[in-house]
Amino acid sequence: MAEQDSHRQHISGQFNQELETATAHMLEMGGLVEKQVLAALSALLELDSGEAQAVMELDKAINAREVEIDDECFRILARRQPAAGDLRLVLAISKVLNDLERIGDESSRIARQAIALSEQAEDVPARPWTQKIAAVVTDMLRSALDAFARRDARAALAVARGDEEIDAQMAGAMTALAATMRDKPEHVEACITAMWALRSFERIGDHARNIAEYVIYMVEGVDVRHIELDAVLDLLPPLSRE
Amino acid sequence: MSTHGFDLDALNRRPWTPAQDADVALSVERLNLSYSGKPALRDIDLSIPRRRVTAFIGPSGCGKSSLLRCFNRMNDLVDGCAVTGRVMLEDTNIYLPTVDVSQLRRRVGMVFQKPNPFPMSVYENVAYGLRIQGINRRRHLDEIVEKSLRSAALWDEVKDRLEDNALGLSGGQQQRLVIARTIAVEPEMVLLDEPASSLDPISTLKIEELIYELKSKYTIVIVTHNMQQAARVSDMTAFMNLGRLVEYDSTDRLFTNPRQRQTEDYITGRYG
Repeated sequence: MAEQDSHRQHISGQFNQELETATAHMLEMGGLVEKQVLAALSALLELDSGEAQAVMELDKAINAREVEIDDECFRILARRQPAAGDLRLVLAISKVLNDLERIGDESSRIARQAIALSEQAEDVPARPWTQKIAAVVTDMLRSALDAFARRDARAALAVARGDEEIDAQMAGAMTALAATMRDKPEHVEACITAMWALRSFERIGDHARNIAEYVIYMVEGVDVRHIELDAVLDLLPPLSRE
Repeated sequence: MSTHGFDLDALNRRPWTPAQDADVALSVERLNLSYSGKPALRDIDLSIPRRRVTAFIGPSGCGKSSLLRCFNRMNDLVDGCAVTGRVMLEDTNIYLPTVDVSQLRRRVGMVFQKPNPFPMSVYENVAYGLRIQGINRRRHLDEIVEKSLRSAALWDEVKDRLEDNALGLSGGQQQRLVIARTIAVEPEMVLLDEPASSLDPISTLKIEELIYELKSKYTIVIVTHNMQQAARVSDMTAFMNLGRLVEYDSTDRLFTNPRQRQTEDYITGRYG
């Protein structure tokens, strides 16, 4: 595997610039999406319909960014015919954009549940579970984007492992919500709304995992989608292993 | 690094690859070549798969053309050229003194960068190699000329002007005519040294399409400066630098995830 070194320049400075710009734009969009997830979480926990509204507004801007940056990737593919590491970088950016856009969609869904909950409940059912799951998910997203920026396959693999933690937390949350529904039938509606919000956080975790998998592909040239994480280590070159 | 053997999985993943055994057509063992004492190829080991397209890429002076020319001993014509090591075609080392070089060149044909049709008719260009072999029966020649021109995707364009001088054809047509001339004698292997570098893009694509057609019958080795061309037409790619074979792998692998840093730098256009 060829060693990655972002300081190594193309003979074409223009090409270099285009790759760096597309990467920077994607990471900026990632930052915007991270903010959106945190704002959606805050709207949910605070039952703040105003902030929820702002989250939904932001989604339009994120969708527009996806189209713009994807267009940059298309232009690079058409004009430069990138190969090897450059090709994997452009493909990875394009795929990550798709996941970022869908994280934006999930944030909007959470915001919608926040508005519904603000009308249904005095407090968020299963609040501690929501906080725990959201903490893991937002950490996964941030770490996945960091791993992309630093071209760090090992960090990306650790991100993908966060998915297991979310599964465990989700099981706990579902049990807690079911218990609440049994004990307080008047809260059934709010509990279902809370479940939808949790489901959206879980999906954001899935998208963060996808992003981490694209980082591994970009850095190592190994496609680790649909492979058990323990088997992934065997696929990576020795340098990237623990 | 897989210098020997072929990544058959990768070859077979290409949807258009006909299901054929990619056994070895030619193998190079510890090949060294120098021009007047100056080394041009160093310790080359590689195997060329039968009925596949193998591309040699690398910067100017890396030795890719020298290596290609070893496969039918074209380098013999260069003063001061010395070769050690073995080039095995089937079970014969073609550098043995007992080898009949003109017979070798019939088995391993070559097409050069600049189309070089002979100053004679289209028909006689294709029939040339056969006449040298003593084949002169008109009906037999007619058959082979038509078949070769069809194989070279040129028949429809020249069938009404077979008696015209070949030098009146366009550059792209001339190059396809040379390919027809090469395959008329039914070689096992066709060596192409920058076959499209003097052609316009459309003619280039026709040659590339032709290479794809030809590989069902012949083993093809192509030297090209155009990396996209190597990526488009070949099953295996060898990257050479400073007289050494740096990396040799399936084209899919080499252009998406090369193992060597030097290869990555070259195919992505970075400073070496």
